[in-house]
Amino acid sequence: MIRPHRDHIGRPIAAVTGMGLVTSLGVGAADNWSRLTAGQSGIRRISRFPTEGLKTTIAGTVDAIPVAPYSAADLATAIAEAAGREAIVQAGIGGIRQFPGRLIVATPPSELEWPQLCALYASEDVAAPPGYHRLLAAARTRRFSEFARHVRFASISDRLQETFGTRGEPLSICTACASGATTIQLGTEAIRRGDLDAALCIGVDATVHPEGLVRFSLLSALSTKNDVPEKASKPFSKDRDGFVMAEGAGAVVIEDYDRAKARGARILAVVRGCGEKADHYHRTRSEPSGGAIIGAISKTLNDAGLAPQEIDYINAHGTSTPENDKMEYVSLKAVLGEHLAKVPISSNKSMVGHTLIAAGSVEAVFSVMTINTGTLPPTINYDNPDPDLPLDVVANVKRDASVTTVLSNSFGFGGQNVCLAMTAEPA
Amino acid sequence: MLDQADEVWITGVGLVSSLGDGSEAHTDILTGRRDGMPAVDETTFAPYPVHRLVPLDLSKQIPKNSDQRQMEGWQKLGVYAAGLALDDAGIKGKADLLDRTDLAVAAGSGERDTAVDCKVLETASAGGDTPLRANEILPSALRPTLFLAQLSNLLAGNISIVHHVTGGSRTFMGEETAGLAAIESAFRRVAAGQCEICLVGGALNAERADLLLGYELGHNLWHHPFQHIEERTHRGGGFVPGSVGAFLVLEQRGHAQGRAARPYARLTAVESDRGRREPNPSANPLAQVFARVGSPTGQEATSVFSGASGVAPATAGELSFLQGLTRSGGINCAWTYGDLIGHSVEAHFPAGIALAALALRGEGLSAALAGKKCNADDVAPIDRIIVTTVGHYRGEGLAVLERIS
Repeated sequence: MIRPHRDHIGRPIAAVTGMGLVTSLGVGAADNWSRLTAGQSGIRRISRFPTEGLKTTIAGTVDAIPVAPYSAADLATAIAEAAGREAIVQAGIGGIRQFPGRLIVATPPSELEWPQLCALYASEDVAAPPGYHRLLAAARTRRFSEFARHVRFASISDRLQETFGTRGEPLSICTACASGATTIQLGTEAIRRGDLDAALCIGVDATVHPEGLVRFSLLSALSTKNDVPEKASKPFSKDRDGFVMAEGAGAVVIEDYDRAKARGARILAVVRGCGEKADHYHRTRSEPSGGAIIGAISKTLNDAGLAPQEIDYINAHGTSTPENDKMEYVSLKAVLGEHLAKVPISSNKSMVGHTLIAAGSVEAVFSVMTINTGTLPPTINYDNPDPDLPLDVVANVKRDASVTTVLSNSFGFGGQNVCLAMTAEPA
Repeated sequence: MLDQADEVWITGVGLVSSLGDGSEAHTDILTGRRDGMPAVDETTFAPYPVHRLVPLDLSKQIPKNSDQRQMEGWQKLGVYAAGLALDDAGIKGKADLLDRTDLAVAAGSGERDTAVDCKVLETASAGGDTPLRANEILPSALRPTLFLAQLSNLLAGNISIVHHVTGGSRTFMGEETAGLAAIESAFRRVAAGQCEICLVGGALNAERADLLLGYELGHNLWHHPFQHIEERTHRGGGFVPGSVGAFLVLEQRGHAQGRAARPYARLTAVESDRGRREPNPSANPLAQVFARVGSPTGQEATSVFSGASGVAPATAGELSFLQGLTRSGGINCAWTYGDLIGHSVEAHFPAGIALAALALRGEGLSAALAGKKCNADDVAPIDRIIVTTVGHYRGEGLAVLERIS
């Protein structure tokens, strides 16, 4: 009998055995990685819809997997399937449509978009009074049943469960821009409890549509540097002016370490620790001392049994908003102290933009690839460093380094703060 | 069996609905001290009946007007109910405790500004390019605060802001299964020692045309004069939405005893699944999850609080199974609580557990509600309640609650 592997406090270990990616940079983890480490940007002028009258006209849309007509639900489902399939194939787990574990999906808002609302409104059969009475009368004709998938809040996970044959009730979760990290946290907790042998954790977002842009614009969250799209996202720069909305899907297969080893799987990394801390300060801003972010980072290190000095590299949330990057620095400094100056840090968002609900998943995949390759992806557009944020930003070009432990940060509106500590396979 | 110190106790209940505001109002109805007549509004959203929320003095739980202005109906309702649960558990305002209280919330996609929608649609239908019209109208018509009412996790966010619940925070989505997932996740984490105390629940504002539109697209709504759930299944089925805010405090027994908290009940199991309904739509959707906890044998006074929605044939399958259990003596009664509070989708499972907790700490369930032919004053004793949930579209599960003697 082989002694089971346990972590520093005797819990089963969650191992990453498969990964998949779709972003504005491309389809597939390998393609994404080569472009990311080459410092290429996926940010471009929006061609999906007319942008006249909008303050922001650029985004990191996913155009490589065509879904026509576009809808957030349909594009999200398509790219989540692509990422999920890639992760399952890499993990080599289960049979076709027989994933031996639970599905956990970070899912973007489900809502009717203007094309569907207009189709309902223009329905010729309807002589109802205007407004929602007319929309409801059109819906009652049963001619628009297919629109229901846009307003079923778990329609993406429903479809993925059918595609991959995952077990049990799939989870659909939302912790805003920390959602991707939350899926990995939920899966890791379940493996540690012994409730699951494996989980397919996917984060996805494909909501670059007029209303999506307008909403973030109204919160003054988006960059308006439309002239040179690939230059707009500049995390940790002095002249950063907001994030660039983007689309993407990241998928991670996590498994009980011993079961993965027993079936001969290659261990890509280990989810060594997770931590979260909610903020009560404001709906879109962090408490000025960074208390909740500090709490999330500290809880993560504590959960992982890691000292701050053991962090080799930070995959930043780094949205390129004035607020986020400052608060991320202040909080990292509070926890890592003098060690912070020695830790290289990158923001993938300088190239892929902010994939919102998917960001934690996309960046977890890039974090594992950093461990696996010993290449630190750059933060592009770092030409004008913010002197108030003295960080070792991997500026503009990739860097080689031996990395055992990565801290990946994810923060979201509504006071959501989630961090993951990913490490190389234990020796 | 769970180790005793790891038992999961319910130590706080916050419930508001069309029936009343708070635990006492709902307990009075459970025990028959007050008439349990559904409060249905059949005119405002005709042809759709809805269970209309009782008027609330929001300032009792959301004292700052600035906070209220940042929220829409479902968030106010949820934050209010969450506050009641924290009060009830005796942890309101206890900063140290709230700072390590986790939050698990079941939510939908929030609320749209229907007036803005109508404005865009009317302008667009008068001719012109719709996307462009949206670009013209939306930037000036949309309120930034309304976007925050549309983000699913902003009920949780507002609970953190108003009540300072700032441990972990997770929001689950997927209609009824959102409530199931939130409860199951909180239960398993507390039972495994991953969390000591958790505030869990959800809220539904049923009085919204945009919500009705979403469910009418799937043809899931009852659009005739009000009828009870079982009767609806004979006429094509459909659910009647009900405004509900339902939150619970789940706590490790050892933790609860350490602070001398008074429990309502112990939660001994939560099971979930998603069986395929297509091959035999009127089959019992709960067969799998009941098998996991063992079908009741009548040795304990077990009742079922059914979260059946009224959407046929899933409800027909469930009710037929429960009627069989009642006839065989396995359970005392099966009460479809949605008959009284309406179907509250994301909040429905938490609401059923809240009602079960009240029944287990109080005096049980009146014979009138239990559906027995005896004096309406009679109250059936209950030791154990199984709360069921069957999604109107997908997913199913149950929770088992036991009396703490």
